[in-house]
Amino acid sequence: MSNDWPLFEVFIRSRSGLEHKHVGSVHAADARMAIEHARDVYTRRQEGVSLWVVPSSQITASDPAEAEALFEPARDKVYRHPTFYDIPDEVKNL
Amino acid sequence: MYTQALDSHGKEPVAAVSEDGRLAARFQARVDAEEKIEPKDWMPEAYRQTLMRQISQHAHSEIVGMLPEGNWITRAPSLRRKVVLIAKVQDEGGHGMYLYSAAETLGVSRAQMFAQLLSGTAKYSSIFNYPTLTWADVGAIGWLVDGAAIMNQIPICRCSYGPYARAMVRICKEESFHQRQGFEIMLTLARGSPAQRAMAQDALNRWWWPSIMMFGPSDADSKHTAQSMRWKIKRFSNDELRQKFIDVTVPQARFLGLTVPDPALAWNEATQHYDIGPIDWNEFHQVLRGNGPCNRERLEARRQAYEAGEWVREAAAAHARKQQARVAA
Repeated sequence: MSNDWPLFEVFIRSRSGLEHKHVGSVHAADARMAIEHARDVYTRRQEGVSLWVVPSSQITASDPAEAEALFEPARDKVYRHPTFYDIPDEVKNL
Repeated sequence: MYTQALDSHGKEPVAAVSEDGRLAARFQARVDAEEKIEPKDWMPEAYRQTLMRQISQHAHSEIVGMLPEGNWITRAPSLRRKVVLIAKVQDEGGHGMYLYSAAETLGVSRAQMFAQLLSGTAKYSSIFNYPTLTWADVGAIGWLVDGAAIMNQIPICRCSYGPYARAMVRICKEESFHQRQGFEIMLTLARGSPAQRAMAQDALNRWWWPSIMMFGPSDADSKHTAQSMRWKIKRFSNDELRQKFIDVTVPQARFLGLTVPDPALAWNEATQHYDIGPIDWNEFHQVLRGNGPCNRERLEARRQAYEAGEWVREAAAAHARKQQARVAA
């Protein structure tokens, strides 16, 4: 049994004006074939107007074990949100 | 993220026993809190193995499931039925691809999974080892087999393992068309000539019990259920899902004017469910063991497709290498 073709991650822009979103992955011999496979596998019902494929080996992901160190510091910084500030109701357009 | 490549970055260090216990407790707490487990998260080895087995078997079922219906593409009774059937069979192939992708995130390669299927060591749903003898069988499969699959699959949309749950959401959206087109075929036949009605009844006669068995062994004999429930891979037991399927399907059969082939079938006022006659588990186990009407034929068809495609895969790989060399030069 031969080895697998390289793995590509698939991103779809569902409508013009929206960002590309990760939907899954396909195996393909090259990027062009990956686009064709992604078309067949992920857009049979007009799910997209544009596709990106990226070799999976080229993606660097954050380590779940470091999630706290990375994302926890933002938790106590509520002053970054507009609702943190008390403004009297009669003040408009703020 | 649906990647095997990413997985290799995040290999778990071998944990000491006490460390394992702590991680396992935290894992179960996350599952209990309905958090999703993602590929790079720590998970018990048994959880990984269970999912690998279940998702790959599910993928194989989709792929082998293309064969019984594919049998009728060239003989569909109208162009409308033909385009619908082609679209449905293509969907089944797509479902297989979503599921293989999800299984790969657990660290098994697609080539390994194909090898398991083609060597006969992997299981797939026993229903696909029954033949499609008439056009009505295509209707019965959509209505009953896809109906049973939907019943099974909807709870898996809430599975604790993220990639499997997301693949399932996509699949369930598409299955609804499959079931409705099947029922429409049955309805057309049921309202047709006496010969067409007889054909529909014959299909129901042959597909009813195998569909009922699709939910797997009864709870008393199901060895994996309790653990899968704790891990929230499974939300309902086999018997609960089977009962739901029977309760919704019997009135549909009645609407078609067809008779469910079970003389013991009766509404139970006390339980508010249908009671059914005994299930022939011997038949189920025979088919599972490889002795169903079409087991050999199905595997042979998959092997042939794989081998006949070898030169295409080789050519594509050679082309990719050539292109790459040209860019590098």
